[in-house]
Amino acid sequence: MAKKKVLILYAHPSPRRSEVNQPLFNACRNIEGVTAIDLYHDYPTYNINIDREQQRLREHDVVIFQFPLYWYSTPSILKEWQDLVLEYGFAYGSEGTELHGKKFLCALTAGGKEDAYQSEGYNHYTVRELLHPLEQMASLTGMEYLAPFTLFGARTAKEEGRKDVHVKAWKQLLTALVEDRIDYKKAQQVEKLEQSLGDIVTGEQS
Amino acid sequence: MTGYFLQAFIYLVAAVIAVPIAKRLGLGSVLGYLIAGVVIGPIIGLVGEETTTIQHFAEFGVVMMLFLVGLELEPKMLWSMRNRLLGLGGLQVAGTAAIIMTIALYFNQPWTIALAIGLIFALSSTAIVLQTFNEKGLSKTEGGQNAFSVLLFQDIAVIPMLAFIPLLALPELVKKAQSAVTTAAEHHEELSLVADLPSWGYAMVIVISIAGLVVGGHYLSRPLFRFVASSGLREIFTATALMLVVGIAALMSLIGLSPALGAFLAGVVLANSEFRHELESNIDPFKGLLLGLFFITVGAGINFAILFNQFFIIVGLTLGVMLLKAAVLFLLALIFRIKNSNRWLFTLSLAQAGEFGFVLLSFTVQNHVIPVETAQTLSLVVALSMFLTPGLFIFFDKVILPRYENQSNDRVADEIEEQGSVIIAGIGRFGQIINRLLVSNGIKTVVLDHQADQVDMVRQINTKAYFGDATRPELLHTAGIEEAKMIVIAIDNRESSVELTKYVKHTYPHVTILARAFDRGHGYLLTQAGADIVESETYHSALELGAQAMRSLGHHPFFVEQQKAAYQRVEDRKSDKLYKAWEDDSEGERFDNNYRKLFMHLEEQIKVEMKTDRSDRHAGGERGWTPPPKGYADNLDEQS
Repeated sequence: MAKKKVLILYAHPSPRRSEVNQPLFNACRNIEGVTAIDLYHDYPTYNINIDREQQRLREHDVVIFQFPLYWYSTPSILKEWQDLVLEYGFAYGSEGTELHGKKFLCALTAGGKEDAYQSEGYNHYTVRELLHPLEQMASLTGMEYLAPFTLFGARTAKEEGRKDVHVKAWKQLLTALVEDRIDYKKAQQVEKLEQSLGDIVTGEQS
Repeated sequence: MTGYFLQAFIYLVAAVIAVPIAKRLGLGSVLGYLIAGVVIGPIIGLVGEETTTIQHFAEFGVVMMLFLVGLELEPKMLWSMRNRLLGLGGLQVAGTAAIIMTIALYFNQPWTIALAIGLIFALSSTAIVLQTFNEKGLSKTEGGQNAFSVLLFQDIAVIPMLAFIPLLALPELVKKAQSAVTTAAEHHEELSLVADLPSWGYAMVIVISIAGLVVGGHYLSRPLFRFVASSGLREIFTATALMLVVGIAALMSLIGLSPALGAFLAGVVLANSEFRHELESNIDPFKGLLLGLFFITVGAGINFAILFNQFFIIVGLTLGVMLLKAAVLFLLALIFRIKNSNRWLFTLSLAQAGEFGFVLLSFTVQNHVIPVETAQTLSLVVALSMFLTPGLFIFFDKVILPRYENQSNDRVADEIEEQGSVIIAGIGRFGQIINRLLVSNGIKTVVLDHQADQVDMVRQINTKAYFGDATRPELLHTAGIEEAKMIVIAIDNRESSVELTKYVKHTYPHVTILARAFDRGHGYLLTQAGADIVESETYHSALELGAQAMRSLGHHPFFVEQQKAAYQRVEDRKSDKLYKAWEDDSEGERFDNNYRKLFMHLEEQIKVEMKTDRSDRHAGGERGWTPPPKGYADNLDEQS
């Protein structure tokens, strides 16, 4: 089975306070084929090493942004990363084809409940809709955009025992990505990955 | 005179040979001294009668030891340990003493002797146990910590025991001793201030003396030490420390109290002083030597005739005492819920009698509590049990530990490992900032500096600061470098900081060394000496002032910040190369032509890289955002 290499770019400005994201990040560190990068750890002063980050992208097949949703978007270092690393001539433009054919997805946590992220809820848009800029970033750079993998109501997930379930699903998703056992078509079309994980992941874990 | 030299030489030779061998065999230094004494005394017969005279002198080592015990007792630490200290330690001492006393009574000993024997065997060997814990890395285990509380309690309990034992004196022994004294020499009476006072006057003198000791120690010692420290003469500080201990011992003798008790009290009074570590490291060598001498005299005094005549009795007694002590300890471990292998460590490590047993034995004999013959038998038992202790540790390592290892692997790892403290050597303008940052983040630091006024200032802002020369091994030791995670070397002297780096790297390879460099050359020397992280004292502040200059000239602050980062990046990259060139160059002229050429070349490179724009995509100098070329959007449209 063809092995894919997965790159996780994790952004949490206060990991010591994190109740879900840090456990998620810790869980993916030991999976073979997954490279886990803590951006705030590597660039505490935001001096992102463009060459190193571009090289990382070249070496991987799947790119994942992992973050808590802040103001309907990523924490600032992920935006800085996009601004600097996805250069003209590297990620876009007539010669910027380095990312073509890679898969891209967001793994995020949101404070609000799931029904808040509906057209009739107080957030008015679904998470997939709010992440349209990232979906378009993937499109312009030639990457296949997969639906987001979200945990809603993250502030109380630990107390309600939903955190461990989510970490388990996260590991299942990552292993499937590494082993290329994903129905990519479905994964692109669904609203969110976490609900239909059973349909999207194909085959048995090797 | 010749005789003294010869005698001193014999003692020293015996110690120098026996102690290192004993340590290598895992027997510990106390047993080494005992063996040395046995060899030069009963076996070869080089020393004989005079050992008793020397013993009196050597007992001063015990006084010093108690002074040091007192110094180590911080009221705060004691308070936080109070439950284990009183519970575990108190029950161990009381329980063991009571059971042994009962057994002794059963064998028809008078109750006074029985009680004294009980107390003697209740104590364990702090010296052997703590040393073994350190060597085997067991100090931080639950078993090790609990054993430590018991040992600490025992060390403290010796003080009241020393005060209490004279009350147990046997009338017939006293009478015998008195008649011996009167017939020998009547003018040999001890100096005493209080001999002719009525009892209320005596009580007054005692209260006044002790109050004087506490108040004087608290208020007068600091100005005195500061005055002495300002002279900068190390030997005068040593003399002051000795003067203090000797003076207290003399005062206590004059008023008829135990010098050990007074020294202990003085130690406690000074435990919070900023001069504590310096005092400790000054007294420690004297204490070590005198105590060693004391143990040699004990060894020399061992009566082999008794050992051979009563061989089975002594072996039986030893095993009996050890079994009994182990049983008491095991029971306590059950009560206090010390689990698994730790329970066994606690039980086995403390099952021997200890060096304080010898001290109490000689003290009981002096005070006519125990007859000399019984004391000789008992000291054989104490010594034998100490000889067997390394065997118990080997038993723990080979038999007990493997049984529990599988279980302990299943345990979930602790989330935060215990934070080792950071030692900061030098608390001038540089070290202070480091210390403040660490302390305000709840990291434990121990600060050492050789300028008393500096230390004073830092103490006012709630920091553990101690006066002393950090380049002295003893001071590092007393500051706890064995347990420290890292040392920050910020002392104001080029040569000493390199020397200190070398020493720490060599002696304590587990300690991370962070060093402050004066300049590039000094930084290389520190790296070569083994420093893990070196920061130049001027680099960051100079860079910051340079950035300020660029901002003042009208450059955008964000651009300046990026240029600063670029500068640092090139500098980091080139400093490795420069260091290698420096290291390869000839020994004498460090900065020779080859190095200079490389330096100039790299300087050029900085200029080139700072000017490069990322848009030409060749040099990786700039890290900022660069705009895509003009008109790029039209092309995007064509592509889709």
